[in-house]
Amino acid sequence: MPSVVSKQYSDDVSLLVLLLDTNPLFWSTTSITFSQFLSHVLAFLNAVLGLNQLNQVVVIATGYSSCDYIYDSSLTSNHGNLESNGTGMPALFGSLLKKLEDFVTKDEELSREEVSEDRIPSCLLSGSLSMALCYIQRVFRSGHLHPQPRILCLQGSPDGPEQYVAVMNSIFSAQRLMVPIDSCYIGVQNSAFLQQASYITGGVHHTPKQLDGLFQYLTTIFATDLHSRSFVQLPKPIGVDFRASCFCHKKTIDMGYICSVCLSIFCEHHKKCSTCGSVFGQSKLDDASSVSDKKRKAPST
Amino acid sequence: MSNQRKRSNAEREEDDDEDAEGIGEWERAYVDDRSWEELQEDESGLLRPIDNSAIYHAQYRRRLRMLSAAAAGTRIQKGLIRYLYIVIDFSRAAAEMDFRPSRMAIMAKHVEAFIREFFDQNPLSQIGLVSIKNGVAHTLTDLGGSPETHIKALMGKLEALGDSSLQNALELVHEHLNQVPSYGHREVLILYSALCTCDPGDIMETIQKCKKSKLRCSVIGLSAEMFICKHLCQETGGLYSVAVDEVHLKDLLLEHAPPPPAIAEFAIANLIKMGFPQRAAEGSMAICSCHKEVKIGAGYMCPRCKARVCDLPTECTICGLTLVSSPHLARSYHHLFPIAPFDEVPALSSLNDNRRKLGKSCFGCQQSLIGAGNKPGPCVTCRKCKHYFCLDCDIYIHESLHNCPGCESIHRPKSVSLMEE
Repeated sequence: MPSVVSKQYSDDVSLLVLLLDTNPLFWSTTSITFSQFLSHVLAFLNAVLGLNQLNQVVVIATGYSSCDYIYDSSLTSNHGNLESNGTGMPALFGSLLKKLEDFVTKDEELSREEVSEDRIPSCLLSGSLSMALCYIQRVFRSGHLHPQPRILCLQGSPDGPEQYVAVMNSIFSAQRLMVPIDSCYIGVQNSAFLQQASYITGGVHHTPKQLDGLFQYLTTIFATDLHSRSFVQLPKPIGVDFRASCFCHKKTIDMGYICSVCLSIFCEHHKKCSTCGSVFGQSKLDDASSVSDKKRKAPST
Repeated sequence: MSNQRKRSNAEREEDDDEDAEGIGEWERAYVDDRSWEELQEDESGLLRPIDNSAIYHAQYRRRLRMLSAAAAGTRIQKGLIRYLYIVIDFSRAAAEMDFRPSRMAIMAKHVEAFIREFFDQNPLSQIGLVSIKNGVAHTLTDLGGSPETHIKALMGKLEALGDSSLQNALELVHEHLNQVPSYGHREVLILYSALCTCDPGDIMETIQKCKKSKLRCSVIGLSAEMFICKHLCQETGGLYSVAVDEVHLKDLLLEHAPPPPAIAEFAIANLIKMGFPQRAAEGSMAICSCHKEVKIGAGYMCPRCKARVCDLPTECTICGLTLVSSPHLARSYHHLFPIAPFDEVPALSSLNDNRRKLGKSCFGCQQSLIGAGNKPGPCVTCRKCKHYFCLDCDIYIHESLHNCPGCESIHRPKSVSLMEE
């Protein structure tokens, strides 16, 4: 993988990939409405674009049943969106809002067949993380001059345990590409995935207490580019819990047993691994050698 | 330019020396870099631009085809807990200069990169280093999980002397690997530059001994193919390859980093007791058991004996418990749940409805898939989610990311369990 440090045209030019949570089942339960939230986010995006002329912003929506690209500031079709109603204000985010609306409608159609549960279901974080990393990889391929990429996850839905492997794969790939994953969690419970993501990749994780002031949290914590972060005091990670949970009871354990074949974690000694089916402690070689001895004897007699 | 100016300013003797050697300093830069040999001409004699990306992609597809042919579609077990010994031949032949600056320096450089990559892909495994000098095999480092220790020992003394003895190396490695627990996969990787081996006994016996102890020996040769190396690899089930140049050597070495397909009888499945330590509280003071110094703050506490360790993964020096964190285990999960290779889309296929709807741009990076002149460019498609991806995303997804963005962007109902992916 190419190293990041050698390819930059200025220290503080950044590419921000924003992963926006649009899970309607989460937004129906919050104190702040989605449109208020969006106004904070759009002001924040404007602030990022204003920090440096060469900054780029890409927005990917993380829905309940699908993920898609919503906005890319480097596409020229977004710049010439001057509404001819005489006010002279360029509708920079006109296309963003329109695409977001289309996406949410399509997402809702796809999720109509799903059964609702008492717990808020998760959004497709692994999908949008993978798409963001593919986009960043394309930026790296484009040559020597490119902005420094980072990912910002704005999420409120809880973690989906079925996405664990995919999210961890994305985190390790981001770590190798040296792309920090920042995360701003606005939900109720804690998100272990986002905490681990930010810790492993060297990003910032924060849970804002008051959602009315979301714009202030975003601009003071998440707007700084990577080079300037060494001069700014950002929230430090406290108590990231890296303990594993056992596969049988899903409780967090301090000490456990690992299957040597498939690396499943168990809290107590079992005879057989429930994931890969290997029987523990039995030497297959003994069985195999006795069978082959019998076979060898038969033709000679 | 400055070199030539220096030459004219310097004494006349220097000029004579340069002429006596036959090549000037500026020419030395081109001795290995023969980039003019890669140019191609088309039918009318004009230079054809070299399409590197297509060549790269073709290489990658060939590699993937070989791997999937070996796996034959079934989920092959992989040896995830590996105990690997790297044997480096520091005999007289390692001082040869056909690899610039010398075989020894290149081997050391690439083994360092290999060690880092190995621990990145196999966090629960251990490496040991052995060197062959003067016909005797020496243990440079014992089996351990910290890359820094191995790299420091390797770079410590780089000198090439004497003969090379394959049998002595195998005997030493065999002795060490016999003490390893039975659930681990035992592997040996030999970097051999000599063209002969001076052994004190019958090497065939040693090879049979290694085979019986289930050691998987692979050899990477730097000079020419040798029968004894080929025989060793065939008997023990390893890979034998000979490097033609530096880039090829790096590729061959890195092929050994991902876990090889495991032969089920070689390692007994076992439950290994491991600890998941928590981070020590900020500001707590303790004497760490690895450096024997007082440390404040960052560190981990062994859950069994409460000793403090600095880094994970490691073995607690006091009670011997293996200490890991859950991301270390998660690093190996992509070996267990690999994604299927994407299918190539024939370039001349007519723009059918599906392609027209989804195939305008790559689903992962939004790059346009329409080539020159509005014709559909080369792309690949995922069998499960039917999305289209460009060639570069294909390589990135299969080599580094291990997730298909299309499949991850579809909501799956709760009934589908993790194992059915």
